[in-house]
Amino acid sequence: MKTSLPFAERSSHSTGSTCPDAAYTLGELHAGAPCCVPEPVITVENLSLNYGRKPALEAVSIDIYRGCITALIGPSGCGKTSFLSALNRLTDMIAGCRINGTIRFEGHDIYEPGNDVRQLRRDIGMIFQNPTPFPLSIRRNIELPLREHGIRKQAELDERIYQVLRDVGLWDEVKDRLNDPAMALSGGQQQRLCIARALALRPKVLLMDEPCSALDPISSGMVEDLIQSLAGRYTVVIVTHNLAQARRIANYAGLFWVTERAGQLIEFGRCRQIFAQPAHELTAAYISGARG
Amino acid sequence: MISSKRNTLSLSTADRRLGAILGLLAVTAAMVAVSILFFLIDESRPLLNRISPARLILDASWHPTQGLYDLSPMLSATLLASLGALLLAVPVGIGSALFGRYYAAAWLTAGYRRMIELLAGIPSVVYGFWGLTMLAPWIGRFEPPGVSLLTAILVLAIMILPTVALTADAALAAVPQSRHRCAAALGLSRWTAISGVLLPSARKGIVSGILLAAARAVGETMAVLMVAGNVVQHPHGLFDPVRTLAANIALEMAYAGGDHRAALFASGLVLLCIVLILAGTVQWYKARDFYDQK
Repeated sequence: MKTSLPFAERSSHSTGSTCPDAAYTLGELHAGAPCCVPEPVITVENLSLNYGRKPALEAVSIDIYRGCITALIGPSGCGKTSFLSALNRLTDMIAGCRINGTIRFEGHDIYEPGNDVRQLRRDIGMIFQNPTPFPLSIRRNIELPLREHGIRKQAELDERIYQVLRDVGLWDEVKDRLNDPAMALSGGQQQRLCIARALALRPKVLLMDEPCSALDPISSGMVEDLIQSLAGRYTVVIVTHNLAQARRIANYAGLFWVTERAGQLIEFGRCRQIFAQPAHELTAAYISGARG
Repeated sequence: MISSKRNTLSLSTADRRLGAILGLLAVTAAMVAVSILFFLIDESRPLLNRISPARLILDASWHPTQGLYDLSPMLSATLLASLGALLLAVPVGIGSALFGRYYAAAWLTAGYRRMIELLAGIPSVVYGFWGLTMLAPWIGRFEPPGVSLLTAILVLAIMILPTVALTADAALAAVPQSRHRCAAALGLSRWTAISGVLLPSARKGIVSGILLAAARAVGETMAVLMVAGNVVQHPHGLFDPVRTLAANIALEMAYAGGDHRAALFASGLVLLCIVLILAGTVQWYKARDFYDQK
């Protein structure tokens, strides 16, 4: 049930600017026009995922488009988080988790034997539901993964730390206490720090697993604005239970539903179409609040 | 946080009775600890009232029947033996906890943990017996007499190893799984995740375990008495026989009387103070830890 979209989808956030052909992949947050193009950066074909004998996902096929925000919605337990974890092979950590089907990232099968998982995870960052800063200083939280990936010059480290903290709107709040413990930050600040930490590695894709649901409304709003500002520069896949949020920020949306056997992707398409004219009756029922 | 002491649940009669019984038991336990402290102070007072406490480390030698009460050789032996045991047991204990938790296969971890728990359950006299009949003669082949500071360090290290390993393992187990996942999601290698994220997360528990192990090493009597050689002297090397404070009490209490007896109680008081300092350090460290406040 792969849905292909023959027409170009410009991000709703770009104010009339067009996508320059080569420059749409990435860029600094403050530079250039945001851009969302219907060119798959991740292609999932016929993915099924089992925990031991228990199937969690079945026959999922979906294209994740470059520079776009794709929202995955659906009731709890329908495999959205499992799906997200399969995209950066975090499922490798779960004993008994088996995956069939293919996931291609920029044309390469990520489950091919001998692949560099660490490079994959550098390219595909992930944000979790609960903020997970490490019990280190704010600075060290960002430095640790950077050093791990070979960036060791202090000037470059400082530059990146400044850049990402500014991009997530945390710089003015923490610039005088970079050596203070990250655990002392508020929940919303912690989550923004986690996003900064992921951005520091300059990933191509960001996976977000309900990044706002553990936050208070004001922090949640700030994080949502931040995600919106990432549109076009990063490819974002976000799992959310907040339908209004999905509608506000996403270019594309997919509805997962748990059938009698396992979670499945019921419908995928442009966000506006999913919310305005859902093709599947379950989608219509879910977004209207009648089911789920 | 909801206080369980001042909750809004009304207490039934049975609850009140249970509360009273539990309170009584708690008071009893606390009273025993306090009364032992007072007992030690009271019994050592006949001596400490007459001589200055400084003489306990400044006297020329330990000849309590002749009025010389120098505890310093035994104090240094106690501290050196404990420190040596910690230097061996801490890296091995933490290393084995890391291996069991992050590197070994599941079946190996389970069997390995049983072995460590077994090690913790072996009575100290058995360790001493093993040290005396196997370890000491072996060391004696290189550097007689064999019973020595080194033998005591090795036996103590084996004895406190399970404390370090099991507390470190428990502390690592208590690190939220989310941190592990998050470290992996950032593309960190296993070792960077362990050294940069998981060990700092478990720091409090690991350090507390080390201090507990130190307290155990300081107070260990029987095994050390059997393998250390029990000569009252400042050790000049690892192969010198030494006598620890705890061993000294055990060796001499049977025949000590008068000021000699009081001096033994004073050395017990010194031991208790060392353990209290260690326990206090644990509390201070837990309260202080800067990076993990929640």
